[in-house]
Amino acid sequence: MSLIKTTYNRRSFLKASAVAGGGMVLGFSWLASCTPTQEEIMAMPEEWFDINAFLKIGDNGVVTIMSPNPEIGQNVKTSMPMIIAEELDVSWDNVIVEQAGLNTENFRRQLAGGSQSIRQGWESLRMAGATARRMLLEAAAKQWEVPVGELTTNEGLISHEKSGQTIGYGEIASAAAEVTVPEEIELKDPKDFKIIGTDRLNVDGPKIAKGEPLFGLDVQEEGMLIAMIEHPPAFGMKIKSVDADAVKAMPGIKDVFTINIAPEGIEQQWSDRNNVFNDLVAIVGNSTWEVMKAKKALNVEWEAESSLESSDDHEATLSDLVSQKADPARRDGNPEAAFRDADEVIERTYSAPFLAHNTMEPMNFYANVTADKAELKGPIQTPEFLRKTAAALLGMEEDKVSVMMTRMGGGFGRRLYGNFGLEATLISKQAGAPVKLVYTREDDMSQGTYRPDYKVVYRAALDADKNLTAIHVRGAGTHGSPVFANRFPAGTVDNYLAENHRKESNISTGAWRAPRSNFIAGAEQSFLDEVAEAMGKDPIELRLELFDRAIKDPVGERNDYDAERYAGVLKLVKEKSGWGQDMAGVYRGVSAYYCHNSYVAQVLDVEMVDNKPKVKKVWCAVDCGIVVNPIAAKNQIEGGIVDGIGHAMYSGLTFKDGAPEQTNYDKYRLIRHSEAPAEIEVFFVDNGIDPTGLGEPSLPPIMAALANAMAKATGERLYTQPFVSSQAVLG
Amino acid sequence: MAIFNLKINGENHQVDVDPESPTLWVLRDHVKLVGTKYGCGIGQCGACTIHIDGQAMRSCSLPISAVADKSITTIEGLSKKGDHPLQKAWIEHDVPQCGYCQAGQIMNAASLLNNNPNPSDADIDAAMNGNICRCGTYVRIKAAIKTAANS
Repeated sequence: MSLIKTTYNRRSFLKASAVAGGGMVLGFSWLASCTPTQEEIMAMPEEWFDINAFLKIGDNGVVTIMSPNPEIGQNVKTSMPMIIAEELDVSWDNVIVEQAGLNTENFRRQLAGGSQSIRQGWESLRMAGATARRMLLEAAAKQWEVPVGELTTNEGLISHEKSGQTIGYGEIASAAAEVTVPEEIELKDPKDFKIIGTDRLNVDGPKIAKGEPLFGLDVQEEGMLIAMIEHPPAFGMKIKSVDADAVKAMPGIKDVFTINIAPEGIEQQWSDRNNVFNDLVAIVGNSTWEVMKAKKALNVEWEAESSLESSDDHEATLSDLVSQKADPARRDGNPEAAFRDADEVIERTYSAPFLAHNTMEPMNFYANVTADKAELKGPIQTPEFLRKTAAALLGMEEDKVSVMMTRMGGGFGRRLYGNFGLEATLISKQAGAPVKLVYTREDDMSQGTYRPDYKVVYRAALDADKNLTAIHVRGAGTHGSPVFANRFPAGTVDNYLAENHRKESNISTGAWRAPRSNFIAGAEQSFLDEVAEAMGKDPIELRLELFDRAIKDPVGERNDYDAERYAGVLKLVKEKSGWGQDMAGVYRGVSAYYCHNSYVAQVLDVEMVDNKPKVKKVWCAVDCGIVVNPIAAKNQIEGGIVDGIGHAMYSGLTFKDGAPEQTNYDKYRLIRHSEAPAEIEVFFVDNGIDPTGLGEPSLPPIMAALANAMAKATGERLYTQPFVSSQAVLG
Repeated sequence: MAIFNLKINGENHQVDVDPESPTLWVLRDHVKLVGTKYGCGIGQCGACTIHIDGQAMRSCSLPISAVADKSITTIEGLSKKGDHPLQKAWIEHDVPQCGYCQAGQIMNAASLLNNNPNPSDADIDAAMNGNICRCGTYVRIKAAIKTAANS
């Protein structure tokens, strides 16, 4: 085997010689029809030919495509293979999708995060398909002794029009596998796409509907033990002593010991550094229930090693910070003078609490560590970084550690931080057995890398003619400010000031779906609504005027957005929602935001039902460039909207003396069926631009569309999340 | 420990477990049926929903001793070929995102349709409110339940 680079973009492809698969393998086509509940047995090839790392072709034309990236519910297991199939030019009905394990030689960026899988995979996935197609064409051209340029393909069939010859991919795959990887390939013109841009159902849909084992928590292996951890009950505490004797004698319990996943001298990766509970007690036994009982009975003495923080203290500190000046992150014009000379200054403060990720599948991981190798398997958004640290902890070379990604029962950023994988690794090593580490919900919620608590103050200056002359934003948050200094509204006003404060804390925080944006969008777009009101302007018109300024005469040189695309989604949602029409009993809010390279604008309709506000409908316009799989894209947008409404309205994690006050769903509120919008309509901008992020961008702005509509419905503006604490929301 | 003879998805299974053991963990660890999911362990999220004599129950909070003489149905036994109208509707509407809660959602919806073959939106909200979906698939779940009800 050899690694061969193409000159096209210097991407590497592993080319293997023909490999015999042998025998009959049964597989199922999930994709053959719109109603694939009736399992359809696809005729499987007798022999497979590896064309490159992403795909192999069977002698009957069936194609197996590897999905390289972790699947957390963003549907890349369907959409990434669609891109390969498009350029390969095969029928999707003949495609089988398999999840690839971690393989840094073959694949690049096997990571789920930042809504980047499709954007960053776009070119290499197209290359993988196009390269394979080219190799098939060259093999056919050689066999027929005709110029390769005279050949065409259509859904797995190669044709030579002049001679009337045709051959299927399966028939020529053996020869194609021997072809030198081309140095140049041609990609399709997007107007010729046949798969990209069409609705393709989730490749795992039938398995999910039948409850088949897909998730990390479902892993069952021979000789596998169950492990749980006990972490300190509060941030700022550590283990003082462990009395495990009684627990070790309990039924089914094998061992109780302590582990340290961050010993001195072991290099940590970025994905390890947010975690603070590195010293833990591990309980290992035969079954989950036995280990759970032992965990409850375990006697651990804890001691404080640093301050035990409370939400009240955080609130006071953040309030204090936003009242103080900071070094400007960006300053345009003379904002101080503009505020001094203003006829009217509007000032509003917005706050939000910590949030837990609350993936429905709690953290878990399988590890089987033996003397010379380690097998890791489970739900992880960052397998490459997990392997690095696991190998370092074990003192093994990285190639002795394998990582297989299971389908994840949600990620939302929590599974970027693979402390649970490292814990499973060390527990397996110590126990001398394969183990599956399982977190209880309480473990999961009280040991998070939480969305930080935030506070931001927005100020706007209006002159005597109600013109907007200045905007000032000052943000503060645990481990960082939520403000993006160079995003909108920067660039749209002559005088602008952005300031950032950071609060240190021993409470672990990290990326939570659309980091920082998940708060600042709601604050910014709520504030803009009040500014429009004070200016006597329609909120969409004000935004469009600001974008117009940024298009024609932008302020400053570094504005991290494209004002035309921003305005485009706003105009689209305005048109589709019939904005401006007076609808009896319907209260509307609008919001627009840009993050993860995509633009989203939303209109949200609230109606009063039994004197309580109810979200009836959301209209959402999205510019994420080319939409690979429209049905799945719509699902992502819908999910982000429900998620955003839910967290703005209902969710929050508070601390008392270092301990979370909510550790399960009896106290931590998540949005439920009856609270979701009755209807969500999604519109995509069709502009042919290469695809951008989709998993996160619909969440941030909806918080303001909701707040703005609620203000119309109840007459009360909402500044503090979760909004459910407001009397107006309760009705 | 005690021996229990269980009837799960029409088949008999004998297990030797702690009588207090939640049915969820007996199903997952001992019978190796892992379609039923753990979410919260306190009956608040619905991921572990199974049917006991046809009615939706939260298996995480149901000791195995309480169901020993009952008929237990899990997602694996909802239909023989995965073709229950709800399972078909779930696929057709592309309901799942991460998919983890969906077995519980389907089992709860199946119980709803057993009791109320043509539920209104309000009926669906009321019956399904105990099943959390963190991905926010609620709009499609409702649509899929209606499709199944009409089939």
